[in-house]
Amino acid sequence: MRIAIIDTSSSRAAIIVDGLRDAGLTDVVSIDPASPLLAQLERTCPEVVLVNLENPSRDLLEDYFAMSRAMARPIAMFVDQSDTEATMAAVDAGVSAYIVDGLTKKRIKPVLDLAVRRFEAFSRLQDELKEAKNALADRAVIDKAKAILLKRRGLDEPAAYSLLRSHAMQTNRRIAEVAQAIVTSEALMGDLP
Amino acid sequence: MSTFRIGFLPLVDAALPILAHEQGFAAAEGVRIELVRDLTWATVLDRLLYGHTDAAHLLAPLAIATALGRGRPAAALSVPFVLGLNGNAVTFSTALGAACGLGEKLAEPAALGEALRDVAQVRLAAGRRLRFGVVHRYSSHNYMLRYWLAGVGIRPDADVEIVVTSPPFAADALAAGDVDGICVGEPWNSIAVDRGIGQIALFTAQIWRRGVEKVLALRQPAMEQRAGEVAALLRALHAAAAHFVESGAAADNAAILARPEYCDAPVETVMRAITDRIRLRRAAAPLHFADFMFQYREAANFPWRSQAAWLYAQMTRWDRTPFSAEEAETAQGVFRPDVYRAALAGSGATLPGASSKLEGAVSESLGVGAAQGRLILGSDTFFDRRAFDPEDIPGYLAASP
Repeated sequence: MRIAIIDTSSSRAAIIVDGLRDAGLTDVVSIDPASPLLAQLERTCPEVVLVNLENPSRDLLEDYFAMSRAMARPIAMFVDQSDTEATMAAVDAGVSAYIVDGLTKKRIKPVLDLAVRRFEAFSRLQDELKEAKNALADRAVIDKAKAILLKRRGLDEPAAYSLLRSHAMQTNRRIAEVAQAIVTSEALMGDLP
Repeated sequence: MSTFRIGFLPLVDAALPILAHEQGFAAAEGVRIELVRDLTWATVLDRLLYGHTDAAHLLAPLAIATALGRGRPAAALSVPFVLGLNGNAVTFSTALGAACGLGEKLAEPAALGEALRDVAQVRLAAGRRLRFGVVHRYSSHNYMLRYWLAGVGIRPDADVEIVVTSPPFAADALAAGDVDGICVGEPWNSIAVDRGIGQIALFTAQIWRRGVEKVLALRQPAMEQRAGEVAALLRALHAAAAHFVESGAAADNAAILARPEYCDAPVETVMRAITDRIRLRRAAAPLHFADFMFQYREAANFPWRSQAAWLYAQMTRWDRTPFSAEEAETAQGVFRPDVYRAALAGSGATLPGASSKLEGAVSESLGVGAAQGRLILGSDTFFDRRAFDPEDIPGYLAASP
């Protein structure tokens, strides 16, 4: 069973390809989003096509599947109306699939399930990465604010932090927000006495 | 308050659900609308079929194709409301425009067809067939373009190629030379024109004066279950449509539709489209073309079964599948005039007495029977003056070029 992956995120595509190979599905082709899509598909002749739900080429892709004489014509997934749960899980995770008629559900389900898990894992990773980036940015602005308080009010570092913290608690804001306000006002009014 | 999540593509003809939400028509009916923007029809359709959305701004033929199971397992969709007629155009690349002798004025379909036929033959002989982009395989754009081409003696798929380019990418495809022409909705023709990469050759309203365009589609079972809420939604959309065509409303409407979360286009471009003033080539004065968009008058929102029948006829013609009476019935059953009537009975809306009509048969204004209000239909002719009788699809197809 040959599987093609079409994904606007090449790192997510790599994660899925790895996962499928680990599961013993070795006939996997990752389509290069930067090169002409249809020519690659025509060379590949996949039986299952996994594509991210929001891929901008999907209308083109569906037209190609409907017209193609070069390959068996895959149709939109959700072959089995009774299995709507698996389908919904796929759509929720952001995966869409096209499958050549005749492949049994038993063979396709593990592929879809795996794609769904990998898509979910990828978005968790993205979230974590975003959080880590935010935390780094927070720390930088807090350090700047502390330095301003050190200079302006002659506080030591623990006292500067504790001042930020207590003000944040009193005003129900995040410490980073209070720190940002100090940095901004210093930038605007730093040269005033 | 009941909520409807409504999927849409960034197009000017997504106006009614957007404005119903932004201008309070939904709230007045006790309905909350949440808009979900996508870039391809495939994604809009998946979200609708699998419950990410409750309704969608959708291509009318795509709703029918889905009900007929073309390209995917069949799923029952219903169309209780038409979001508008007309509103699309055929834009040629600057080179094709010059080759066909496009001038300052709007071309006439038959004459332009003759010029295009000569160019198409030259390109065919040179082994580089002309290529046109349409927004979807199952779009009115595809069917309008093919209707016109076939009508002027150019065979789609043989003499010229027709490929798919999603609306937000159509102007880019024209600029890159991937296609020689596009048939797309606004603001994408005007964006191509303003970028100086193309010239508008025809409005689809010149091919069919009252062509059914986007519709509101819902999953049929969900529509039946939420009948009361759906009725409220339709009243909200109808009120938004009435306001949309008020003369003083255009500036506000354009400002809303142009926002990044909707069409993400210049306000001035959207303004031209919704006031029927279209610039044919860069820096030219906008041309006023009455009914370029058609969102409200003449019971435009009423889902005529005969519109679905015409689309089904085109579908069999261009999918090259045999006519089936059963399929024709399923296709017409997607359009739900009964739901429209039930929702708008007792309101000020005009309700046609019939659910089906001869399409393309009105050449002068014609008063027709109405169950509520007064209905005078304007000219709805096709460019070749053929009329379509929904009771005789096989006869119509047999006589089609």
